[in-house]
Amino acid sequence: MKRLFIIAMMTGLMATPMLGGETYPDVPKASGNPHPEGSTYWRINHPDLLKHGRDMTVHEGARNTTASLSDCITCHAVNGPDAKPVTIVSDQHFCRTCHEYAAVKIDCFQCHASVPEEQGQAHLMFKEPTTDGLDVLLSYLQRVSP
Amino acid sequence: MKIPGCGQTQKGADMHRRNFLKTGAALATISLAPGVTLMAMGQGVGAAANPNARWGLLIDAGKCPVDCSACVTACSQEHGWENTGLDTDPQWIRKVTVKDPDTGYTNSLPVMCQHCEDPPCVDVCPTGASFKRADGIVLVDRHTCIGCRYCMMACPYKARSFVHEPVTGQKTTSPRGVGTVEGCNLCVHKIDRGDATTACVEACTATGNNAMIFGDLNDPDSDISKALAAYPSIELRGDLGLNLGVRYQNI
Amino acid sequence: MERVMYSEIKSTPLVWGLLVLLGVFVAAAGAVVLYIEHHGHIVTGMNNQIVWGLPHVFAIFLIVAASGALNIASIGSVFGKLAYKPLSRLSALLAIALLVGGLAVLVLDLGRPDRLIVAMTTFNFTSIFTWNILLYTGFIAIVGIYLYTQMARRIPAHIVKAAGMAAFIWRLILTTGTGSIFGWLVARQAYDAAIMAPLFIVMSFATGMAIFLLVIMGASRLSGRVFGAELRTRLARLLAIFIAALLYFTAIQHLTNLYAAEHSAVEAFILRDGGIYTTLFWGLQVLAGGLVPMAILFHPTLGSRAGMVVLSAILVVIGGFAQLYVIVIGGQAFPLDIFPGYEVSSSFADGVINAYSPSMLELTLGFGGVALALAITVLGLKILRILPNSLSDVTVAENG
Repeated sequence: MKRLFIIAMMTGLMATPMLGGETYPDVPKASGNPHPEGSTYWRINHPDLLKHGRDMTVHEGARNTTASLSDCITCHAVNGPDAKPVTIVSDQHFCRTCHEYAAVKIDCFQCHASVPEEQGQAHLMFKEPTTDGLDVLLSYLQRVSP
Repeated sequence: MKIPGCGQTQKGADMHRRNFLKTGAALATISLAPGVTLMAMGQGVGAAANPNARWGLLIDAGKCPVDCSACVTACSQEHGWENTGLDTDPQWIRKVTVKDPDTGYTNSLPVMCQHCEDPPCVDVCPTGASFKRADGIVLVDRHTCIGCRYCMMACPYKARSFVHEPVTGQKTTSPRGVGTVEGCNLCVHKIDRGDATTACVEACTATGNNAMIFGDLNDPDSDISKALAAYPSIELRGDLGLNLGVRYQNI
Repeated sequence: MERVMYSEIKSTPLVWGLLVLLGVFVAAAGAVVLYIEHHGHIVTGMNNQIVWGLPHVFAIFLIVAASGALNIASIGSVFGKLAYKPLSRLSALLAIALLVGGLAVLVLDLGRPDRLIVAMTTFNFTSIFTWNILLYTGFIAIVGIYLYTQMARRIPAHIVKAAGMAAFIWRLILTTGTGSIFGWLVARQAYDAAIMAPLFIVMSFATGMAIFLLVIMGASRLSGRVFGAELRTRLARLLAIFIAALLYFTAIQHLTNLYAAEHSAVEAFILRDGGIYTTLFWGLQVLAGGLVPMAILFHPTLGSRAGMVVLSAILVVIGGFAQLYVIVIGGQAFPLDIFPGYEVSSSFADGVINAYSPSMLELTLGFGGVALALAITVLGLKILRILPNSLSDVTVAENG
């Protein structure tokens, strides 16, 4: 009887994380056009896309990658009480809301600015769309073929 | 899903098959789509580093006044660094005053990363973070830099600085942070967006001294190549045989 | 020939006390690392002029001594001197311990130590640093295997000898690599010399032997076992020869630099005008760390007294430390000569002798590395059968 009681208590204690606090972070909405691939795709793949994009930018000078950090933070800027974007110091910052929930430390903003440049979204509106379709796929396959 | 009963067997089986095909197709798309889209994302819109170009600077020390440091101010504002005189403060470009002790002749000129063709800093970097781009610009990939400072030991021109304290308020176009090494990168962000000049050269031209020229050393028709062909120029520490991208005249 | 018996040292209060003391130093170094990583290197004494400071002196000293500590085992296994064979296990353990301590200090002083994974997976093979990373980790593995072959039962003698030979050759390459970190730098007048690699190898002989002597005598005291005068005198004489070789290579390095006009400025700085560096060079490196211990150890009566051997070994360690301080920091204090023949001034310390005042943080980090090395040694002696039961004169004579 005593053993059963202990087991029941332990199971109950195991359930407490589910009871306490929010179950999902309150991710702020972004401005600008939504990603055509959908949020789930970006949530899963953004580390690899950012990493690949950064290598292409730094080593080859390709600045127009789809995963450009400065473009990300321009759309995903969250305005604070003074109507200006909050930096990574604030826990309202877009990246922090998810990363603190997931307990994944990021060090991007030790070097990168965490707020968009003063010019704001204007330059995104005139940004050239990346070429799509078969050409891109074919040229990519050509690049990586041995 | 309706359980097939009497009179509905045929329709039920069709529904079953249809659902299976739909689910199967959806599953296949979901598993393939990330790969396909990832590949599509991977194709950046053309690399900007032109392997046929070799960017360089020509500095005429004769036109450089001792009391002018417009190039230094422009660089620090463009990239967001500041040298307040502390030993630990970075300095990507600096004005150096040279004096001949025998004759008393004095001159002043800016010194920055010389963008060697055969850079010692690239040779010694253990992770390959210090690298030379296809267009000849030597810079640090701060994602890979572990902050060992060996490149600072190896550079004959003291071109590199180490970031000794956490940085805030960085420029979007010039990320920099604690624990990594940095130096003049010939304003790669300006070159890549087509400005065809650097902040220091722009500032020098704006003052009217016109002591600095930026251009493509591989292009015989560029201003810099024509100036190099017309007047004698030297490399700093030419005895090291590094074939620099920065040349000086009238030191 | 008697079989040598090894056993673990007993856990006396003295041993525990020593481990606790070493643990305190290691913990302090750990706290220092967290502090530096949080606040940036501005809290240390290093800056854009003196780029590598006290931690690097400690690290390089420990790494160089590590490869030298393996010498004693090599004399036994590779060169077949049977009298030294009982010391081989401690020699291998000490080599690993010193290297781990040195590496810890080196890695923890990086600007981004959290990127160690990047350093271990992304290699640039034109860099001697990359080769050093591979050499250091390989050293730990090879010496580990060598120690295993010595300790496991029924390993044929030729396998032990092969492992010893591999370890010996590996350590020579490793020390060459460490010396080449400086020798292959064309930028600075104080480096840029082919003699750096051989100089470091001979430095490893001297400092490694000195540290080994101190450790074996200390371990004997700690465990109450006998370390006979015969073996001690032999090792002391060897140390004297190594000191002589080190003085020779140092002399050649400086004489060659003096002759070349382009390097004479830095030589004048180190040998005459350098203030602290000149004092360290002549006083600690040459006199106290070289000539005095050499004279003591070559002396027929003085060299056979235990107290004098300990004193000489300590002096050699201090001298080796001073030599590395002069090389690493003195070499950076002297300004780069970008405009030969001109007097230079700028806002970035061109043309001036660079000052360096090490902070307590760097000293603590360095001591933490030393403590780590000693702690690994003491633990190894306690857990494994490393120390021979007796190294008295009688036993040594029986072993040949």
